Amino acid sequence: MRRRLATFLHRHAGVRLSLLLSAPMAWLGLAYLGALAALLVTAFWSTDTFTGNLVRTFTWANFEDLVTGEVYRTIALRSLGVAAAVTLIDLVVAFPMAFAMAKLASPRAQRWLVIAVLTPLWASYLVKAYAWRVLLSTGGILGWGYGLGATVLTLSYLWLPYMILPIYAGLERLPNSLLDAAGDLGARGWRTFRTVVWPLTFPAVAAGSIFTFSLSLGDYITVKIVGGRSQLIGNVVYDNIGAANNLPFAAAVATVPVVIMLVYLAAVRRTGALENL
Amino acid sequence: MRSTPRIAAAVAALALAAACGSTEPTGTAAPAPGVSGFTPPKIEALASLGAGEGQVNLVAWAGYVEDGSTDPKVDWVSEFESSTGCQVNTKTAGTSDEMVNLMKTGEYDAVSASGDASLRLIAAGTVAPVNTSLIPNYADVFSGLKDKPWNSVGGVSYGVPHGRGANLLMWRTDKVSPAPDSWGVVFDPASPYKGSVTAYDSPIYIADAAVYLMATKPELGIKNPYALDDKQFTAAVDLLKQQRGIIGEYWSDYTKEIQAFKAGDTVVGTTWQVIANLALADKAPVEVTLPKEGATGWSDTWMVAAAAKNPNCAYKWLDWIISPKANAQVAEWFGEAPSNAKSCAETADPKHCDTFHATDEEYFSKVYYWTTPIPQCLDGRTDVTCKDYAEWTRAWTEIKG
Repeated sequence: MRRRLATFLHRHAGVRLSLLLSAPMAWLGLAYLGALAALLVTAFWSTDTFTGNLVRTFTWANFEDLVTGEVYRTIALRSLGVAAAVTLIDLVVAFPMAFAMAKLASPRAQRWLVIAVLTPLWASYLVKAYAWRVLLSTGGILGWGYGLGATVLTLSYLWLPYMILPIYAGLERLPNSLLDAAGDLGARGWRTFRTVVWPLTFPAVAAGSIFTFSLSLGDYITVKIVGGRSQLIGNVVYDNIGAANNLPFAAAVATVPVVIMLVYLAAVRRTGALENL
Repeated sequence: MRSTPRIAAAVAALALAAACGSTEPTGTAAPAPGVSGFTPPKIEALASLGAGEGQVNLVAWAGYVEDGSTDPKVDWVSEFESSTGCQVNTKTAGTSDEMVNLMKTGEYDAVSASGDASLRLIAAGTVAPVNTSLIPNYADVFSGLKDKPWNSVGGVSYGVPHGRGANLLMWRTDKVSPAPDSWGVVFDPASPYKGSVTAYDSPIYIADAAVYLMATKPELGIKNPYALDDKQFTAAVDLLKQQRGIIGEYWSDYTKEIQAFKAGDTVVGTTWQVIANLALADKAPVEVTLPKEGATGWSDTWMVAAAAKNPNCAYKWLDWIISPKANAQVAEWFGEAPSNAKSCAETADPKHCDTFHATDEEYFSKVYYWTTPIPQCLDGRTDVTCKDYAEWTRAWTEIKG
């Protein structure tokens, strides 16, 4: 029986492939895209303001509020700014670090450095955020107080490994001989970086930036802990579900980061970075 | 969701009909002020009490269900568990909105709902009427707390009163002087404590601004901080937008507020008595007062879920929490007035009931219990439409900017 099944599958490549793919495709289709579709559908409903129950009739009202409300534009732009700042800071910190790890450290040190970069990921997100709350508290070691700056700082810390690791992987694949060749041809450090290292590691940087950018864009907990009185898109979503019980409006707001990420991914794709990953 | 959309539609239709002035077909008892806008879905109360199910799942305010894990001396749950065999599982909620959402999941049997949650729960059919004859201790509850607009509809009781109190002003004694006696210290844009002021992170906080405006801007004519017409609402929202400039952070998680006061990041702001108690236990030099303008407050009700999986244990819990001893314990711990008249004899501090004005209706006339704002003005005005809770929520997002 088993043999016959094996023979059958061997002869029918199509059946084999579809059997292999069906589980991941079901996951992608149902759990991932299905959830997104449900989100989109919910965004067109409304809630009864008093009882808080869902009213399942089609309406554009949520998106109208979203577009016309000045406050949502401000919050969206603020979130975008935070995500961009976090990505930039992480890039500036991560690149030299990844370069040192990939090109300067001995193979033995390399292994330890990778572990060192990974260790913060073993601790809980909340513990790390609260640690920064204590550090930044006016009586704390840093004592800079809370606010948007504190949020950017904490998020940069939280997502740094997600930037270092792709760049490190990218630099590892960069042959040392290319650096030597650039040196032999008379290029100094900066020029080598600009004409050899950067173009070849750009796909890795783009991959890292997708992580840091999207993670920052969706975050609402860090800003609650160290953000003082500021709020980001995530908070509006959370408040509308958690406080106002307005799931449809929350769904409408949640489409904003989805759209921003689609635009971002399209922009990255245009640079050709995705093909070289 | 089950059949809730239909119920919602029915409620909405009835609300509309009532708003248009038609009389309710089944309205026998005079509708309570301000809540004539809706008829709750028909749900039967429990007729008789059976054996306990072995557990009960509660949604409660912090400090309402203590089993000794916060402080070994603070425990009124263990005795309940051993005497009834009902294991108590508690989910603490930070805001009324969170409570409403938790109850809608259908996972919980009972809830300690404030007035800004109770009516929404009743209207949505999330909670069932409570058969008070199955709750012996109900007889001893202050009559001033029974059959109120936030715990009954049309003479039908939807829960048992838990206790009441006021939202207070807390400050660090070492950083704030002179000791404040007015909410002005958290609303004045030129406050010397700029950047170290805190406020409650919920739309219902708009009412706190309205209470302040009642005293400082009488020309606005605010009678009830939960009944705000266009002009009054705009004034309150503007005040809060101005206040944002001096806010350090907003709080809804009470542990965050305790930590902020302890560290000194926050030196003045709104609080609950229980938070002050916990902060003092943490050696934070804080003090609280009821400011001269009056304050918002709460009068909480224990309600039973319509879809309760453990209704018998829920009823036993309702009876337990308003029993003289347990009610006295929770009132002292949370810092509020008990609901059971006999509790006043059971408190560790014999003056507790006087301190918290348990029988002082005059005092509570200065406390505006959390109530859900609805379009029909709660203060009885019929010539204007008031802002409903959805608009309060939206305004809150705008205030925080």
